[in-house]
Amino acid sequence: MDMFRTLVVDDEVDFLETIVNRLKKRKLDAIGVTSGEEALALLKEQIFDVIILDIKMPGGMDGIEALREIKRIQPLVEVILLTGHASVETSIEGMKLGAFDYCLKPIKFEDLLQKMGAAFGKKSTHDKKIRDAKIQELIRYPSKVFDQD
Amino acid sequence: MEIYKRKSIYKNLQRKIIIIILCVSIIPLVFLGETIYYRFAETYGEKIEEQIKYRVRSVSDGVEVFLKERTAIVATILDTHSFDYLKQQENLARIFKVISRRTDGLIDLGVIDSAGQHLAYSGPYNLKGLNYYQQGWFNEVMTKGKYISNVYMGYRQLPHFVIAVRGYSNGQSWILRATVDSDIFNKLVRTAQTGKSGDAYIINKNGIYQTAPRFSGKILGKSNIPLTLFGRSTTVAEKIKDNGKTKHVAGTWLKNNEWLLVITQNVGDEKGGLLTTRNTEIIIIVFSCLAIIMTTFFAMRIIFKHLEEADKGISELNDQLIQSDKMAALGKMATGIAHEINNPLAIIGEKAGWMRDLLVEEEFQKSENFKEYEQSIDKIEEHVERARKITHNMLGFARRMEHRLDDVDINHVLHQTLELLQSYAQTNNIEISKDFQSELPIIASDQSQLQQVFLNLINNAIDAVEKDGWIEVKTRKKDSQIVIAIKDNGPGIAEEHLKKVFDPFFTTKETGKGTGLGLSVSYNIIKKLGGTIKAESKPSEGAVFSIKLPISQSFNVRKVRLMITKFARLEFELFTKPSKSDFLRVHQK
Amino acid sequence: MKKMKMMLVDDEERFLSTTKKLLEKKGYDVVTALSGAEALEKIRIQNIHVVILDVKMPGMDGIAALKEIKRQFPLIEVIMLTGHATIESAVKGLKSGAIDYLTKPADINEIIEKAELAFEKRQDLEEKIRVAQMRKLMKSPSQIIQET
Repeated sequence: MDMFRTLVVDDEVDFLETIVNRLKKRKLDAIGVTSGEEALALLKEQIFDVIILDIKMPGGMDGIEALREIKRIQPLVEVILLTGHASVETSIEGMKLGAFDYCLKPIKFEDLLQKMGAAFGKKSTHDKKIRDAKIQELIRYPSKVFDQD
Repeated sequence: MEIYKRKSIYKNLQRKIIIIILCVSIIPLVFLGETIYYRFAETYGEKIEEQIKYRVRSVSDGVEVFLKERTAIVATILDTHSFDYLKQQENLARIFKVISRRTDGLIDLGVIDSAGQHLAYSGPYNLKGLNYYQQGWFNEVMTKGKYISNVYMGYRQLPHFVIAVRGYSNGQSWILRATVDSDIFNKLVRTAQTGKSGDAYIINKNGIYQTAPRFSGKILGKSNIPLTLFGRSTTVAEKIKDNGKTKHVAGTWLKNNEWLLVITQNVGDEKGGLLTTRNTEIIIIVFSCLAIIMTTFFAMRIIFKHLEEADKGISELNDQLIQSDKMAALGKMATGIAHEINNPLAIIGEKAGWMRDLLVEEEFQKSENFKEYEQSIDKIEEHVERARKITHNMLGFARRMEHRLDDVDINHVLHQTLELLQSYAQTNNIEISKDFQSELPIIASDQSQLQQVFLNLINNAIDAVEKDGWIEVKTRKKDSQIVIAIKDNGPGIAEEHLKKVFDPFFTTKETGKGTGLGLSVSYNIIKKLGGTIKAESKPSEGAVFSIKLPISQSFNVRKVRLMITKFARLEFELFTKPSKSDFLRVHQK
Repeated sequence: MKKMKMMLVDDEERFLSTTKKLLEKKGYDVVTALSGAEALEKIRIQNIHVVILDVKMPGMDGIAALKEIKRQFPLIEVIMLTGHATIESAVKGLKSGAIDYLTKPADINEIIEKAELAFEKRQDLEEKIRVAQMRKLMKSPSQIIQET
C-alpha cells in the first residue's frame, strides 16, 4: 500500500533512464523498458500499479496496441500515456481503452508525479473496494477460501 | 484581381449577348415591317391605277355617249325634215327651240348648202349668210357625211366645236350643223377631276387642249403630254414625273381616236392613306425596338448583376477555402515540427531535472559554484518550459484550440503575462508600466487563450519598440465591457499596413522572424470570446492595440455553470484526496 | 429488447432539429436540450439511456455538464460531440466519464453506431447489477426486507 510500482515504457533511452532515475531518487519502485514487447513480457510476471507508456515507438508494437494488451493482462493497472506525438485520434483511442490520462511531452516532472499519484490513488481505491468485497464475502462464506485457492 | 478580370469578361459577354439579341429581334422586325409596307404599297398602287383607269373609262364613255347623242339628235332632225323645210329660218328656229327644251349642250343650229352658204341659223350669234366653204370641217363633213370638229375659234371668236351631218336632197348636198356648248362639255369632263391635284381634260391628236385643264394650260393651247404614251384607243395608266412630282396619268382615246381624255393625279395625294399607314408602322417598329432594347438592357443588367454577386460570393468562398487550406497546411507543418521537437525537449527537461535532483546531495551543496549550477538548471528548465509552451501551442493551433470558460481576473492574467516578459523587457531597457483599474469584474472567459493573446500583443509591442522605450498596459471598465489597451512608443504602423495587421501571414518583421500568424490568431481568439480587437496608430507615435471583452453573459447561465463547476470540484476533491495523501506519504518517506 | 432513448444536447437549434429528425426516421426516441442545465432537468424527469453532448456551449462547459450528469446519473452513457476536436477536451471528456467522443459534422450512422454501443454497454451494466442483486437476494433473502 505504501509503495507503488511503476513501469516506464519509452524507446528514447535517454528519456527513459532519466525518468527512472528521478523516480528512484524519490524512492519509488520504477523499472524502465524500451519496447511494448518487453513491457508485456514483464507484466506477465510482475504486478505493477502505474505504467507510463509512450505511444510512438518505431520499430515495434505501438503504444495503443501495447495498452490494449496491458489492459488484457492486468486490467487493474493504471496507464498514463505520455507522448511527443500527440493526436486527437490516439488520445480518444487511448482513453477509450482505459488509460488513466494522456499527456504531452515534455511534461513537468512535478505534474507527472502528481498524475502518477492520482492514478495510483484510483487504483488503490479500486483495489481496496475489491478487497473489501472479498473480505465481506469471506466473512459471510468462509468456505470460499478453499474454493478460490 | 480575379474579380476584375471576370468583370471585363462579363462586360464583353454582356455586350455580345445584347448585340445578338438586338440583331435577332430588331432586324427581322424591320425586315417584316419593310416587306409588309412594300407589299401594301404595291397593292395600294395597283388599286389606285385600277381606280384611275376605271375613272377614265367611265368619263370617256360619258363623253362618247354625249357626243353620240348630240350627233344622233342632229342626224334625226336632218333625216326627218327636208332641206327646203329647214332652210326656212322660222322652221329651224322652232325645231331648235324644241331641241333646247328637251336637251342641253347645243348652242345653235344652222343649215348650210353645198356651196357653204349658211342658209338658216338659230342661236345666239348672228351667223346667217356666212360662207363656210373655206372652213376645214366643211370639206370633212361633205366627204364623210358626219363630222364632229375639233375645238376652234371660228367666226364667233370663242372656243367651240360643231357637230355637222350632211343630208342629200334633190341632187344637192346640204349640211345641218349644231354647235356644242363648251361649258356643258367642259363640265362633263371636269367631273373626273378629283382631289386637290387631280385633273381631267381632252386633247386632240395634235396635243391641243379641247377642254380647259384645271392647271397650267388653256383651251386650244398646246399640251406637253407626250402622246406616244398612249396606245391607240387603249386606256393606260402611267407614272410620269412633272417638276419633281410623280403623277399618275391615264388616258383613253375617243371620237375615233381623234381625242384623248387624260386624267392625272399626283401620287402624293393618292398615297395619303399609304403614308399614314407607313408612319404608323414606323412608329410601331420604333417603339417595339425601343421596348426590345430597354428590356434587353435591363434584363442583362439584372442578370449580370446577379452573376457578379454570385461570383463575388464564390470568390469570397474561394478565398476562405484557400485560407483554410493554408491554415490546414500550416497546421500540419506546425504539428510535425512540434512533435519532432517535443521528444528532445523532454529529454533536455528531464536531464536538467535529474541534475537538480542530484544537486540536492550534500557534496554538491558544498561546491563553490553550487549557486551557478542551480541558476543554470533554473534557466534550462525555464526555457524548456518556454519551448514546451510554444510546441504545445502549435499543436493547439493545429487543432484550433478550443476555448473553455473560466473565471478570469483580467488584471491577474495581465500581471502574470507581464511577469513572464519583465526580464526580457528590462534587458532591452523597455519600461512596462501598468495602469490597472482596481476591482475589475471577474469575467467568464478562457484564461489560457487570453494569456496567449496578451503575450502576443505585448511581445509585438516589445519587438516594435526594440530598445529604450516604454509600453503601457491599461485596463478599464467601460459600460458592460472591459477594455485592455496595450500602447507602445515604437515607430507605429504604416497606414496601409493598419488594415492588414490581423490578416494571417501578414508580417512586417524580416523573413523568418515572424510567422505573421500571431495577430491573426489573437484576433480569432478574441472574436471567439465575444470581444473585439483593434489597432490604432499614428506614424512615429507608436501603436495602440485595444481589446474589448464583454463582462458577462446572462446571470442564470453563469450561475448554473458555477454551480456545476463547484459540484465537479467537490467530486474531484472527494475522489482524489485519499490518493493524494497516499502519494504524499510515499513521497515523504 | 428495450428501446433506446437518446438525448441530444447542443446550443445549435438547427443541428438539434435536423439530427433529431434523422434519428427519428431511423426509429429512435430522441429528446433534445439546448443547454446542460436543460439536459439535467429533462434527465431528471425522463429515463434517458444515452446522451450526446456538445463539448462547447456558450456559458456552459460541456465537460462540467458531463461530470454533473455522470455524478447524478452514473448509469447514463454520454457521448461527447465537438466542432473542433482537441486532445485536451477529448482526454478530459473521456476521463470525466464519457464513453466516446465524436467530431462534428458527425455522420448520422456514426452517431447511431456509437450510441448503440453505448446502449449495449449500459444494458450489460444493468444486467450485471441485476444479477448481482439477485445473487445477493438469493444469498441473504433477509435483505429484501431491508432494502425495500
